[in-house]
Amino acid sequence: MSNSDTSNVEAYELRINGRNHEVRDSWIGESLLYVLRERLGLPGAKGACEQGECGSCTVIMDGRAVCSCLVMSASAVGSDIATVEGLGTDGQLSDVQRAFLEAGGVQCGFCTPGFIVAVHHLLDASPNPNDEQIKEALSGNICRCTGYGRILEAVRTVAVQRRGQQRGVEA
Amino acid sequence: MPVLRPTSVDQLLDILANDPSASLLAGGTDLMVEVNLHGRRPATVLSLRSLDELTEWSHRSGRVTIGAGLPYADMEKGPLAQLVPALAQAARTVGSPQIRAAGTIGGNLGTCSPAGDTLPVLAALNATIHVLHRDGVRDVPFSDFMVGVKRNCLRPGEIVHSVTVPVVEGWQGYAKVGTRNAMVISTASACLVHDSVEGLVSIALGAVGPTIIRATEAESWLARNVSLRGSLSISSDIATEFGRRVAAEARPISDHRSTADYRRHAISVLARRLLERAAI
Repeated sequence: MSNSDTSNVEAYELRINGRNHEVRDSWIGESLLYVLRERLGLPGAKGACEQGECGSCTVIMDGRAVCSCLVMSASAVGSDIATVEGLGTDGQLSDVQRAFLEAGGVQCGFCTPGFIVAVHHLLDASPNPNDEQIKEALSGNICRCTGYGRILEAVRTVAVQRRGQQRGVEA
Repeated sequence: MPVLRPTSVDQLLDILANDPSASLLAGGTDLMVEVNLHGRRPATVLSLRSLDELTEWSHRSGRVTIGAGLPYADMEKGPLAQLVPALAQAARTVGSPQIRAAGTIGGNLGTCSPAGDTLPVLAALNATIHVLHRDGVRDVPFSDFMVGVKRNCLRPGEIVHSVTVPVVEGWQGYAKVGTRNAMVISTASACLVHDSVEGLVSIALGAVGPTIIRATEAESWLARNVSLRGSLSISSDIATEFGRRVAAEARPISDHRSTADYRRHAISVLARRLLERAAI
């Protein structure tokens, strides 16, 4: 091998929020979280525990909510990745983001992007969740200051709103 | 280019035969924690993400074969959960939804921690591990697969391809104790399987020894003292004595998660409860 530093990975492309991003000069062990934040200017996913316990780095990968801190970035080539930055449209907040603000589900805000992604993932798959299902779906996201009551309220609100819109469409 | 993404199992085995020291990356929930927090610096990584063959499972003539790349989330519910309920229960206790979406049964076998949640299930069901190498295939009973703390019998260049377990008529379940109810690594765990047709009860213990332990003496004692064909009828004396005998076969240690005494006590309670549940 001509390059004595075997820890450098060849440039690769990631597909994030529907756009391709090239990653250059990276090191083999870089997590998707690190690459999003430090290389691609997508700091929405937050880094805290770096071991999959807190959920603040949650992204959607090929339809599954995962901790981006535990995804080896260079292994994510070919996957469809969605981050919190890709959830709103035309610079507007998504319905989940608005509901978090209106319900007071955001205090310091650090855990919020992970929650927002996890809630989108929940409601896209189960539009009509009961409280158990909401708590279960958010059990991998830890909030240390807002408390969970208002977050749950926000999720219920969006579920009701979306069902209303659905009925509107059907009518 | 040290992160390789083989697109076929044959290609994976070729690369691995030439470079057996390469790290296999499935869900990343073990490897990336080591990289992020414990300074692990892999030279070459083989990502299994593109290998759809490894994420399939099938049910044929009373046996279920599960690809090594199947994530816990896919074992928790649906038809697989109905066929192997104890595996579904064990999968359900792993980490958070995010972890269960990523972590795989092959990763559990690769890491081979005594606290690995699916491992007592595989032990209690006498699972067969299908192991592949470029130059051949071998089937290993779970009892021979795990050989020590975080050690398995895989030789250089081998991978776990899939796991086969029988579909068993009768109750089966998994239970574990940790320092809290969710997102916790087991302090002690156990899987009990009642085969009501063959008249057998098997119980396997996690996190109370260097490997998963089958409490075979307690199993035989139970078979001598209770009729195990058809539905179970278990008195509280029998259940308590079963728990005591199971605990006698555990080989727990004291470490940062718990003490040997607590683990031995906990495993006796888990064994008693599982047997009582099997009889309801």
